[in-house]
Amino acid sequence: MPTSPSEPVEAPQSARYDLAVVGAGPAGLAAAVTAADLGLRCVLLDGGRDTGGQYYRHPAPGLGAARPDRLHHGWSVYTGLADRLAAHERAERVRFRGGHQVWALERTADGFAVHVTRGPEAADRTTVPARSVLLATGAYERQLPFPGWTLPGVVTAGGAQAMLKAGLVLPGRRIVVAGSGPLLLAAASSLVTAGAEVPAVVEATDYLGYARRPGVLAAVPAKLVEGAGHGGVLLRHGVRLRPRSAVVEAHGTERVTAVTVARLDAEWRPVPGTERRIDCDAVAVGHGLLPQIDLATELGAATRTAPDGAVGLRVDARLRTTVPGLWSAGETNGVGGADLAIVEGELAAHAVADRVPKPALLRRRTRLRKFAELMAAAHRPGPGWTGWLRPDTDVCRCEEVPVARIREAVDELGAGDPRTVKLLTRAGMGWCQGRMCGPAVACLAGPGEPGPDRRPLACPVPLSQLAAGPSGEG
Amino acid sequence: MRRTPAELVGAEPGPAHHIEFDGRPVPALPGQSIAAALWADGVLAWRTTRVGGRPRGVFCGIGACFDCLATVDGRPNQRTCLLPAEPGTTVTTQEGNGRADLAV
Ligand SMILES: Cc1cc2nc3c(=O)[nH]c(=O)nc-3n(C[C@H](O)[C@@H](O)[C@H](O)COP(=O)(O)OP(=O)(O)OC[C@H]3O[C@@H](n4cnc5c(N)ncnc54)[C@H](O)[C@@H]3O)c2cc1C
Ligand code: FES
Repeated sequence: MPTSPSEPVEAPQSARYDLAVVGAGPAGLAAAVTAADLGLRCVLLDGGRDTGGQYYRHPAPGLGAARPDRLHHGWSVYTGLADRLAAHERAERVRFRGGHQVWALERTADGFAVHVTRGPEAADRTTVPARSVLLATGAYERQLPFPGWTLPGVVTAGGAQAMLKAGLVLPGRRIVVAGSGPLLLAAASSLVTAGAEVPAVVEATDYLGYARRPGVLAAVPAKLVEGAGHGGVLLRHGVRLRPRSAVVEAHGTERVTAVTVARLDAEWRPVPGTERRIDCDAVAVGHGLLPQIDLATELGAATRTAPDGAVGLRVDARLRTTVPGLWSAGETNGVGGADLAIVEGELAAHAVADRVPKPALLRRRTRLRKFAELMAAAHRPGPGWTGWLRPDTDVCRCEEVPVARIREAVDELGAGDPRTVKLLTRAGMGWCQGRMCGPAVACLAGPGEPGPDRRPLACPVPLSQLAAGPSGEG
Repeated sequence: MRRTPAELVGAEPGPAHHIEFDGRPVPALPGQSIAAALWADGVLAWRTTRVGGRPRGVFCGIGACFDCLATVDGRPNQRTCLLPAEPGTTVTTQEGNGRADLAV
């Protein structure tokens, strides 16, 4: 097909794509090149300018990075996929379209209409017709608020990674890494390698969850190596790991200057008298990842809840969602890391092409998914985290809604579910549509009505536990 | 001396250019986002909130949180973590919802 500058991304009706892949991270990239290998005509769409997704985010060419691999485990895996993509693009089997944000999927008589916006103005729209769609939109970070978390210099752990990997910049020189989950170790390890000082990695759990199921760990040696790699880097740089602790407050007026760290009990309730202050000029914080699945749930796709309360898409062994023609691979099926995302991308491509994958690939997926479930269980937020909130702590960053107003909506106005809280307080109705505050609002509001909630609960907390209230709540 | 991210990856960027932040020049490297250029210059906040007038800058770094909004080349509410820093880009600290800046 000839290309010209004004060429629309749409295939002509007669030549609609066999497969539209949404998201060019490890999962989507692997899916698109595998599908093209198997003879499908694909379009690969991503809101970002380049392929790679979160894991393989890398400096723009203008930055002239000679050794981008120094910020990535398995960089050659990415370059291998990128080379295959380039070859398929030359042969016009795949089209990659960066800067194409998908805002809706619509079912049509013979497939899907994929609705896309291009460019910052969102007025520039187009529609891509495709016989089937693979959702590989990844995940976003789960945040739990704490006093001072809106101060400049407090950033998400993944955001610190992203700004470092793409822009080669750090938010400060002395960065406390805090929250829960394996991403914290990856972030801390990149930050110290890139020259920051990390006075502490503050992890809410005690990591015991992994140890309880050594069999699962042993089955995925690569994961152990990567974990040990981060551990080795942190040890070499003298980074102190503080398990079963949390940053319960960030201090400063115009920007963060210090944090208070406290020990947590098994329920994540801060233990009074254990507070200590750590000076820093930045904080990188995150509490795990949540699958980004709105495009599929809008179509009624069924979901499942992982052991850490995160809601992902329900898929079968062939990575099919419950919506005919809609497949899903990677973090959208539950958070499990880049290796699993690639395996699932390959498996999904086989399924779409109606080919039988190698049994080894299926076995690898099972192993990695088990590991993911184990990790999720180990890092499940405890209900006591609300114990570090204060009445004036902003829960919703966009609309600046403090804890007190949400408690008032629940206790005095009788709001029993996140949606009612939202309507009464505007929490979650701002720019980010509840991505940042959703989990916290859900915890504060109680579970509400059952059903596939699109802003997943941070923690599968029984209402009774919440009603008992954490010690020292305001 | 600790090493820098650029040294880590052996970066040899093209020549630096400048963007303008609240009337003063801030250096930027080709390919950096506006937010990255500001971080490199030690600036962490370029917006004040509507209700409390509190300073904000990057939080998520990937376009999801909308905390990094600023007025860019006269257009309010632009996500600076996504927008590339082009030579001559003007960035103005955004107060509240930035509507006052629409007149610019
Ligand atoms: C901010 C952040 C940083 C992370 N950093 C690391 C790290 O350093 N190390 C690590 O091991 N793991 C990291 N992860 C975990 C990450 O999820 C990896 O496990 C891996 O990248 C997952 O691969 P994926 O293909 O499933 O999704 P992703 O890599 O997340 O890829 C999804 C892609 O879909 C695109 N997308 C999403 N929605 C749309 C849409 N509507 N329209 C068009 N495109 C869309 C996104 O731009 C993205 O490129 C990070 C996660 C996040 C959120
Ligand atoms: S920092 Fe979150 S949108 Fe830019």
